[in-house]
Amino acid sequence: MLNFHKDHRNLVNVALLVFVLLSMGIAIMPASALSDGTQPLPDMPKMTPEQRRGLEVYVAENCAACHTQQVRNIAMDKPWGARPSIPSDYAYSKQRLDVWRASPSVLGSERTGPDLTNVGQRQPGAQWHLLHLYDPRMVVKGSIMPRYGWLFEETAHPAADAVVVPVPKERLSDTAHVVVATPKALDLVAYLTSLRQAPLPDGTAPAFLPSPRGPEKAEQGTGGDAAADGEALFKGTCSACHQSEGQGLAGAFPPLAGSPIVNAEDPTQMLSIVLGGYDARAEYGVMPPQAAQFTDAQIAAVATYVRSHFGNKAPAVEPGAVAPLRAQIAPETLIVP
Amino acid sequence: MKPYPFSGQKDPILRKWALLLLSACAIPVRAGTGMEVLTQPGIAGTLVLLGIVLFVAVLVIAARVDRLLRTLKRGRNGTNGTGRHARSSYRLQGDELGGTAASDDPRGLVEQAVSEPDIPLVDEKKRSRQRLEVPAELRKLVIWYLAAAVGWLVLGTLVGQYVGMKFVWPDMDQVPWLSFGRLRPVHTNTVFWGWTSLAMIGLGYFVVARTSGTTVHSYRMGWWAWGLINLSVVAGNLCLMAGINNGGGEYREYIWPAMLPFALGLILTFRNFYRTVAARRIGEIYISNWYILAALVWTIVLATIGYLPWYQNGLGETVIQGYYMHQGVGMWFMTFTLGLLYYYLPSALNKPIHSYSLGVLAFWTQMLFYTMIGTHHFVFAPLPWWLQTVAIVFSAGMFIPVVAGTTNFLMTMRGSWRAIGNSYVLPFFLVAVVFYFVGSTQGSLQAFRFTNHLWHFTDFNVAHSHMTMYGIVAFALWACMYAVLPRITGREPSQLLVGAHFWMAFVGLFAYMISLMAGGTIKGLQWMDGKPFVDTVTGTRPFWAWRAIGGSLMFLSHLLFAWNFRTMVRGARTAVPVTGQAVHPDPIIPVRPHAELP
Repeated sequence: MLNFHKDHRNLVNVALLVFVLLSMGIAIMPASALSDGTQPLPDMPKMTPEQRRGLEVYVAENCAACHTQQVRNIAMDKPWGARPSIPSDYAYSKQRLDVWRASPSVLGSERTGPDLTNVGQRQPGAQWHLLHLYDPRMVVKGSIMPRYGWLFEETAHPAADAVVVPVPKERLSDTAHVVVATPKALDLVAYLTSLRQAPLPDGTAPAFLPSPRGPEKAEQGTGGDAAADGEALFKGTCSACHQSEGQGLAGAFPPLAGSPIVNAEDPTQMLSIVLGGYDARAEYGVMPPQAAQFTDAQIAAVATYVRSHFGNKAPAVEPGAVAPLRAQIAPETLIVP
Repeated sequence: MKPYPFSGQKDPILRKWALLLLSACAIPVRAGTGMEVLTQPGIAGTLVLLGIVLFVAVLVIAARVDRLLRTLKRGRNGTNGTGRHARSSYRLQGDELGGTAASDDPRGLVEQAVSEPDIPLVDEKKRSRQRLEVPAELRKLVIWYLAAAVGWLVLGTLVGQYVGMKFVWPDMDQVPWLSFGRLRPVHTNTVFWGWTSLAMIGLGYFVVARTSGTTVHSYRMGWWAWGLINLSVVAGNLCLMAGINNGGGEYREYIWPAMLPFALGLILTFRNFYRTVAARRIGEIYISNWYILAALVWTIVLATIGYLPWYQNGLGETVIQGYYMHQGVGMWFMTFTLGLLYYYLPSALNKPIHSYSLGVLAFWTQMLFYTMIGTHHFVFAPLPWWLQTVAIVFSAGMFIPVVAGTTNFLMTMRGSWRAIGNSYVLPFFLVAVVFYFVGSTQGSLQAFRFTNHLWHFTDFNVAHSHMTMYGIVAFALWACMYAVLPRITGREPSQLLVGAHFWMAFVGLFAYMISLMAGGTIKGLQWMDGKPFVDTVTGTRPFWAWRAIGGSLMFLSHLLFAWNFRTMVRGARTAVPVTGQAVHPDPIIPVRPHAELP
């Protein structure tokens, strides 16, 4: 009946039919189930129009060629999020863009650059993102990310409401010029700073699988639960702006090396700035508040690290010193025992 | 003491080696040194596979050197001083045997004899056997498909080389149309849909017509498909560079209006091939046509599923992405290329394929296993665990079609190893077949959960895709083109330049692969150890530099190939028209009776 060797019609039909059936089972049915059966988390904010336009810039520049947005359920992905990603995380961002373009493939397959699932949490400062997009190597020395100069304009006469990017003067072709972010850059930054994992009720998040290299290795990453490592925390979060040696970036981010606030005997002012943020000096970017990101122990550890490195010589900070300040500055981040 | 059964006097060396190997395996590995990684089956397997390629390369080089040395030695013997100059300057006059009368040479034996090879450095290879008489329309169609493919190869790999250099010099340019994110899919889509697809279809036209003993159903349809596919690549690339893409899913970055002409081109091609096979003059459908027709049908289904929107919101898109990107490679490029190999390899060796039944087994298992493994691109992602497990299990199942296919090709080549040293075509086939085994098996190992821990998201993936799309598919296509073009145009390329193409492409690919595999492995280990991310970027820089060097060699080899192609189709000084007699049916078809099959 099915003589494939002599009957071309049978051969092609069977090959087609079996392939379609297999494809239904392995692709279309599971895809439908995930597509229709996924709802956003209750605490997930909807995308604003600005963030949504930012996502379009993200897609047009094909950022997903180098950046993933998935925290896998293995220990080595802990630096990228507090919990593994779940399908609901993508309920708002992965919708069909328009009649021409499919749902954006933000999960990615290459991690040439860092994962961006939680980048809004790690780097909440818009100014950092603008500088980084303008010239990544200005803020992260070893970066190989392309410069996105076409998202910015150099002008001598910025509009009154223009967002000026704090590019050091010696980088400009004319010292009378300033760099202004275009709406596209602002949208993209709005999208990037909105990327943060929505919290799950305690105990409901999927667990991380242990590293095959042994548990002691897995916990070394930033954000691990082990004893807070001030150096790793500094490199993972603070050094993006304050730079690897605490030297800061003239015209954008203040130095920590030799800073009187850092070196003060009493750490209260320094801890207040770390916890609550700071925007008092026009010549520098905004310091975003860190109270929600880190525990008391972590803040004490990173403060101690900064106070004892880069030529700074100030006494260590005890976690106990952070708690009362937290209650005063950011009571909403107090963890009720 | 009683001797072991295999410890005869014959091979004590072999036994020593085996002992050495065993003891090397038994060396206790200390945890935390990085060595324990080597005992993982996925990693150890990959190392063994890479060893196979190196081994084959060493064998080929050794055979070449051996021949060269023997030639030199022959040249030195018998010179004892007297009359040496007279002997060495002696030249045949051409009339020693036949006098001065014109020779009657209907089979071209005298005409084709060459007393002064144009390459003093390397051995003279056999010239293309015989000119095939093919209809002028078919010849023109095939040449134009291949010409477009060659153009896209040069352009696509130029772009690839450029984006590869951006890893080393990220500030090379400030032009939005040339930025990394936009150009990367231009590279992949151009070599996929431009170079590989057009080359496969062009070579496929020849196979379908020859193995059916008939002429192509409709040349007009062939030309339409040619136009549609090229249109698709041009439009799709312009859109990508302008920042218009389909959401960034790999290999379906073209928006659907740009991909539609490609799909129409496939449908036309399928119809054309199907009609041609239906009108065949022999009872059996040759095995190549199984693969080629199926590749077309499957890819039409695949493109449709990949672009229909209804199940692709949220992670539905991710499931389809894994399915699509893997089947694009497996059901289109791999299946079609296997079909081409089943014709061109035996045809180049002038003998039938080793086992028809093994080809049939590989066909059905290819369909069954390859279809199920797409999700192995998303192991540990928030996709259903059962989907990931199915993908991993069936990835392992890919051993069956791969071993079946490799065995078939190698057994066909068996007994003709000597011919490899004498041919400029067969080394390409050999590399393609070896990489078919090595690349596919390595891919199966890469799907395991441990290897995903180590290699996923690193540059290792890029190495793997070049190992397969370049090592298997591109080398197979070059083999087929060097095999068939001289026989239908009567013009041969310069053997020195074909050799240069081969070795530059091969060495370049090796440098490319090894650097990215090493860099990717180191990066993966550092990620697992929680190193700061930016340190793992700066740490990979030397490997990216080596990748760019390997890539440059590959790109230069494509320029040589383009020149060789021009020689084969346009004719140049080095091209000697092949004379010979015309049409007889391909000696490899029909293959052998197989009444035992249903």
